[in-house]
Amino acid sequence: MHSKYTGFKLRRLAVSGISFTFKLFMLVLFLFPFYWMIVTSFKTYGGSIVFPPTLLPHTFTLEAFEQVFTRLNLWNYLKNSVIVTVAVIVIQTLIGVPAAYAFSRYSFKGRGIMLALVMAAFMVPTQITFITVYIMMSKLRWLNTLLPQIVPFGASAYGIFLLRQAFMQVPTDIIEAARLDNAGEIKIMTRIMLPAAKSSLMTVTLFSFVGSWNSYFWPLVMSNAEKVRPLTLAIERLKDQDAGINWPVIMAGNMIMVLPVLLIFLLMSNKIISSMGYRGIK
Amino acid sequence: MPYVMVAPAMTFLLVFTFYPLANLVYLSFFRYNLISDKVFIGLTNYRNLLFVKKDFIQALKNTALYSFAVVFFTILLAILFALWLEKDSKINRFLQKSMFTPYLIAMVSTAYIWSWMFDVDSGLLNAALAFVKLSPLRWLNDSSLAIWCIVIVSVWKSLGYYLLIVLASLKSIPSEIIEAAELDNTPWLRKFFRIILPMISPQIFFLLITITISSFKVFDSVRVMTNGGPGNATDVLVTYIHRYAFQMNMRVGYASAAGSLLLGILMILTVFYFRFAGRRVHYQ
Repeated sequence: MHSKYTGFKLRRLAVSGISFTFKLFMLVLFLFPFYWMIVTSFKTYGGSIVFPPTLLPHTFTLEAFEQVFTRLNLWNYLKNSVIVTVAVIVIQTLIGVPAAYAFSRYSFKGRGIMLALVMAAFMVPTQITFITVYIMMSKLRWLNTLLPQIVPFGASAYGIFLLRQAFMQVPTDIIEAARLDNAGEIKIMTRIMLPAAKSSLMTVTLFSFVGSWNSYFWPLVMSNAEKVRPLTLAIERLKDQDAGINWPVIMAGNMIMVLPVLLIFLLMSNKIISSMGYRGIK
Repeated sequence: MPYVMVAPAMTFLLVFTFYPLANLVYLSFFRYNLISDKVFIGLTNYRNLLFVKKDFIQALKNTALYSFAVVFFTILLAILFALWLEKDSKINRFLQKSMFTPYLIAMVSTAYIWSWMFDVDSGLLNAALAFVKLSPLRWLNDSSLAIWCIVIVSVWKSLGYYLLIVLASLKSIPSEIIEAAELDNTPWLRKFFRIILPMISPQIFFLLITITISSFKVFDSVRVMTNGGPGNATDVLVTYIHRYAFQMNMRVGYASAAGSLLLGILMILTVFYFRFAGRRVHYQ
């Protein structure tokens, strides 16, 4: 009886040991590439190609970062990324919130069709419409401005849909009470609806931020001058100008692009994780 | 009043989503290169795409293989990891967070990091192979391996997100049901296939659609890691469309036809999933 008991215990110990080891392995698999990017960016070119590769730079250097800044007008790309991202988030919020509010609280003629259009727009990939939007933008002579990277994203179908869901959760009584107190629609929207939908609003904003900041395909197509290109397209230039690929320089450029997103995630990872999981099943 | 509120949003969607879409299908029946006048050529573009030139079919095959692999591995791993990491503990939470991190990073960045690790001469993976006395691989330069490298990167990047969704749906299963099964001493596998899987099937179904659609739109990783090569081993639909629209003499009509076909494929897949899988899905 006794030995059977310890056998059982041992087996459980072994299982949890294996499970723990495998978890450590997964951690390495998912975090190490980031570590490798960081370490490589502090290596010299020579240091990056030695065999076997070293886990820490032999000679710690900022050479790669200096090269990024001398080879490219990095501030220009950074400025473009920031302007486009901020503008997209602001416009999407200004346009999306009223639309979502109307869809959640009013019944009006054509509401069903319009909602269906929003859902359909959600499914239409920009990877197809880029051809004809490009023609439109070239006719407007906007291709040497940031506008083609901002204006087509003015309305986010996904954002409208998600906010509508959140607004529908707000009890009708509260809104009726506010109406009785002579609160206007704008006041109801900003004072009652938005605070109630705070977490959805955060998810939508986060997705807009990540989407614009990380976008590569659209600016690649919609820009015909370096002065209107964002960071995602800058790294390519670090590759083209060299004969052999200088990985420390590319990783340094990459780090500058990844850092803002990583910082935001580190600061609010719990919030982001819980809202993602929750949003997923809705 | 409601019309005023939805008007801006609807205007944007009509002008920048639906009009371009209609125009795309319209242009697909023309020979058009942005400079000379449009010439109506009926279905010629489609015939060239499907029956005359071989490269579109190649890109379609690559995309289908890539999508199938990404959908299969992402969903399988997301379910396995969710079951494994379901218990609320410090290390599980930390692991979930770590796995989620790549999802927020630009695909371009991810692709550069992995290109560096796949590097044939001084990449980390070949160094690791050398360390265990195996011969190095050519990874992205190997025409049969390259597409799998891109699959690996895609799965690595988005697994953490889909894992969270599956975890959330696991948590939504009423605990009485699981407890009842445990009281009955139901074997683990049976518990999974008879209870857990049917209960989370709506979410799995949702993932199936989302991942398939996003896989058919793959571009960034391919463009950065292989640019469609070697040869056209990793040429996918969007790199194909982009190439014809912007590099090969701006054959806009032809590229529009390819875009319309991609749109058709996505629509068929969506309808198919809703019709076919929708019936077998358990809704509460």
